[in-house]
Amino acid sequence: MQAVAEKVIARAKELLASGEVQRVLGWEKGEFDYERTPALFEQGNIDKLVYDKFCAANLSKKLVEVSKLEGKTLALIKPCDSLSLNQLLCEHRVKRENIYVLGVGCKGMEGKDGLCMKCEFCKGKNFAISDEVIDDESCREVPQSDRFAAVRELEEKTPEERYAFWRSELSKCIRCNACRNVCPACTCIKCVFDNPDSGVAAKANVDTFEENQFHIIRAFHVAGRCTDCGECSRVCPQGIPLHLLNRKFIKDMDTLYGDYQAGEDAEARHPLINFTKADAEPSVVLNRGE
Amino acid sequence: MQSTVKEFKPLIVAFCCNWCSYAGADLAGSSRLSYPADVKIIRVPCSCRVNPLFILRAFQRGADGVILCGCHPGDCHYTSGNYYARRRMTLLFSMLDYLGVDRRRVRVEWVSAAEGARFASVMNDFAATIHELGENVKLEDLRCKQ
Repeated sequence: MQAVAEKVIARAKELLASGEVQRVLGWEKGEFDYERTPALFEQGNIDKLVYDKFCAANLSKKLVEVSKLEGKTLALIKPCDSLSLNQLLCEHRVKRENIYVLGVGCKGMEGKDGLCMKCEFCKGKNFAISDEVIDDESCREVPQSDRFAAVRELEEKTPEERYAFWRSELSKCIRCNACRNVCPACTCIKCVFDNPDSGVAAKANVDTFEENQFHIIRAFHVAGRCTDCGECSRVCPQGIPLHLLNRKFIKDMDTLYGDYQAGEDAEARHPLINFTKADAEPSVVLNRGE
Repeated sequence: MQSTVKEFKPLIVAFCCNWCSYAGADLAGSSRLSYPADVKIIRVPCSCRVNPLFILRAFQRGADGVILCGCHPGDCHYTSGNYYARRRMTLLFSMLDYLGVDRRRVRVEWVSAAEGARFASVMNDFAATIHELGENVKLEDLRCKQ
């Protein structure tokens, strides 16, 4: 990791110095030891660029705004982030000609409490999109894990237990919007949750429909486009396992409509904007055994 | 003291597509077939007009059951609307089940304009199911402080 990190930083500096890119999108040291904040670097502050085991933040969403700037931007993209970026490119949210994608090898990122949840369930070390890749053998080992195990465990409970589980989890929500703001699939210019008529748009004490069912609606909005990057759960200050909602949709779509990984293939149509005449009827849910 | 037992009157929301199921409901009416008055019909241009949020909103406002009726697959007035609706609703129903809402409270039925009798029997059957299940869990409480 150390060797890869040094190469990455050296290459970023080289590209910036040669004028091939005008700025670099990377990470800088944050407030805490385990925190790395996404930041833009130019010739003056490039020395602050870091790449280490705490760079968990997914930078692809930042490119929606950054790629509108004049000139090229070098983006440091980890394998899982490349899926999000590819999905954004396929939705025409990022200007491809304005970015230079440097794929950076990753051995799993850490946060305050050790290995990130998303890295525990690593989706692979291949880059869905890149102009150049810097990694080594040790960055290509994929840990074996079953990302749907927790979903299955929950499915096996009784409806009352599930309701109690979600009620206690979602009750913790303080409606800080961190999950929405960090989500690479949430890039609508006008979000359904920003209701200017409420006067206190997006505050927890509002008792409108959107507030109450925020998480269910958000999960449905990103269904089919969610790459399961796990950023929502990572940033949640209340520790709500939001990825369990997204994974439920992914699991259902995989079972009903065939395996699909959002962002893997920019040409593919995701399951919710596609159909076949032989699709399962909604009654499959009813007929499922307990 | 006289005590009164409050009878459970379910609130059932039925989204019916304008071209098939709504006409089917019309036919049920003109054929003098009865279906429960608990069913409130909302006419939509196509079954795929039904945003999953509509169903969540119905539950949040106290609906005990929601049923979506559209043209039979292959017969959509707009060629393919009901195919998209079918996928969306399957996923939504699965998600509602995951959240602990009884899966018998939501249903999709394909009813054509010629199937007045089927419309009445579908509604009678669904209303009977909801009657049996009783009141729905309060979905609006999903994110309320315990």
